Amino acid sequence: MRLWMLIIAAVILSFISLFIGAIDIKPSDLLNWDSREMQIFLISRVPRLIAIILAGVGMSIAGLIMQSLSRNKFVSPTTAGTLDAAKLGILISMLFFTNVTYTQQVIFSFAFALIGTLLFMQILDRIKFKDVIFVPLIGIMYGNILSSITTFFAYEADLLQNISSWLMGSFTLVIAGRYELLYLSIPAVILAYLYANKFTVAGMGEDFAKNLGLSYKFVLNIGLILVAIIATTVVLTVGVIPFLGLIVPNIVSLYMGDNLRKTIPHTAVLGIVFLLICDIIGRVIIYPYEIPVNVTVAVIGSVIFLIMLIRGRAYAK
Amino acid sequence: MIEIKGLTKRFGNKPVVEDVSIKIQPGAITSFIGPNGAGKSTLLSMVSRLLDADTGEVLLDKNDVKKWKSDEFAKRVSILKQANFLNVRLTIRELVSFGRYPYSKGRLTTEDEQFVDQAIAYMNLTDMQDKFLDELSGGQKQRAFIAMVIAQDTEYILLDEPLNNLDMKHSVQIMKILRKLVDDLGKTVVIVLHDINFASVYSDNIVALKNGRVVKDGPTNEIINSEALREIYDMNIPVQEQNGCRICVYFNSHS
Repeated sequence: MRLWMLIIAAVILSFISLFIGAIDIKPSDLLNWDSREMQIFLISRVPRLIAIILAGVGMSIAGLIMQSLSRNKFVSPTTAGTLDAAKLGILISMLFFTNVTYTQQVIFSFAFALIGTLLFMQILDRIKFKDVIFVPLIGIMYGNILSSITTFFAYEADLLQNISSWLMGSFTLVIAGRYELLYLSIPAVILAYLYANKFTVAGMGEDFAKNLGLSYKFVLNIGLILVAIIATTVVLTVGVIPFLGLIVPNIVSLYMGDNLRKTIPHTAVLGIVFLLICDIIGRVIIYPYEIPVNVTVAVIGSVIFLIMLIRGRAYAK
Repeated sequence: MIEIKGLTKRFGNKPVVEDVSIKIQPGAITSFIGPNGAGKSTLLSMVSRLLDADTGEVLLDKNDVKKWKSDEFAKRVSILKQANFLNVRLTIRELVSFGRYPYSKGRLTTEDEQFVDQAIAYMNLTDMQDKFLDELSGGQKQRAFIAMVIAQDTEYILLDEPLNNLDMKHSVQIMKILRKLVDDLGKTVVIVLHDINFASVYSDNIVALKNGRVVKDGPTNEIINSEALREIYDMNIPVQEQNGCRICVYFNSHS
């Protein structure tokens, strides 16, 4: 697959995404700056598209970094407890401060995502049996433990409804003023690209990295910080989107390999394409109502994941 | 020049390497041999600063390896450990290019590209340089990793059991290449070997370890004889001369 093909697909899908929804907007409506259509376009449709693009890029790149650093094809923010830890962080911030501010939520969520992922990497370091399937299973169990802790305290504090909104990844509520945190993922993604070679080298193991004079621990920590930033911004604005960080990097790895400098652009654009397709399906299937994007991603994603598991066991080793 | 002084490493209470002092002769192949658990790989890891010693020091040009800046050290000494478990999908060319990382940090100059081309050609991999590592056989993979080390262009090349999982043909091929690196390019090769006959036929010097201590250290012909081998392996090993090579016939020996 060529990068330009992916980019063209992304542009076409973006255009479609801008013009579907409960209210019919035609491109010609946009010629009039003061029209109601133009208002909806600017307040809802454009922010939604930007949110999809940033979340798609962010989650895919976060997955790619985690797969490289953990040297396991099936480790991603959803299979290593990162997103669950981020959710726990938000809950703790709400329990801790009576009138929690957005900034406090962001900080707590980031800190928990970072510590949670770090903890998983520590567990990974300690287990002897590093099977490609076994490791993500541990990650999923670990994430579920974090998640049940969150649910328990949320139940005790009567915050269950609140946390279920982050559980469900959806772009329905994305309007101007409610998604801007996602812009923080842009510097994280740029940094990931600048560090691409270092991540590739670190992905070949500590000894390998040291041989080439690379400070392994430093690169590992940078990677985990970037993952935590991205995960936090996505969870706080659109919620949990499963499978994205798992499937997209693996598809790119299949046809391009694991040289991050080469695969990051593909992974980013394919992430956009995949998420746009899922969001568009969710918006048209029961039109004029919507299915949240996490449902469509989970349905399409789990099928692809299953195919990868069955056919790709040999490749993932 | 690499000099090892009083090196000791313990895992828990168990000493794995104990008070080892040796000098590595430049421009030669030095083999580390000895029974399982003698501390050969641990010693090699400490020399290449992958592992910190408990006491003692390793000197590269009279400076402690710990005091070297890591990228400067990476231009002088390279180490290749068992690499077969790697599941990274890189092409041979990409892998070899990473050998230039200490110099270019991943942005290859024309000079770097030349080094990469030469290293690939040296290992006879030019035709398959765009193949992914996971499509290669064990021998081809090992050659690809050695090509990377050649591109790294270090004076010292350290290899930890590079013949593991290789058949006879590929083992001989790899040892011949190492010999060429020393004879043609003046490299210094330090290698951990399991098969004493490869050590006997291809190395200039042998360091024999047993229970973490050096039991023999010297030119190959002083060590490959029944007397010294009994001390190292606790086995009665007859040595026969064949076309100027000393071959140890240990297959039917009794202790």
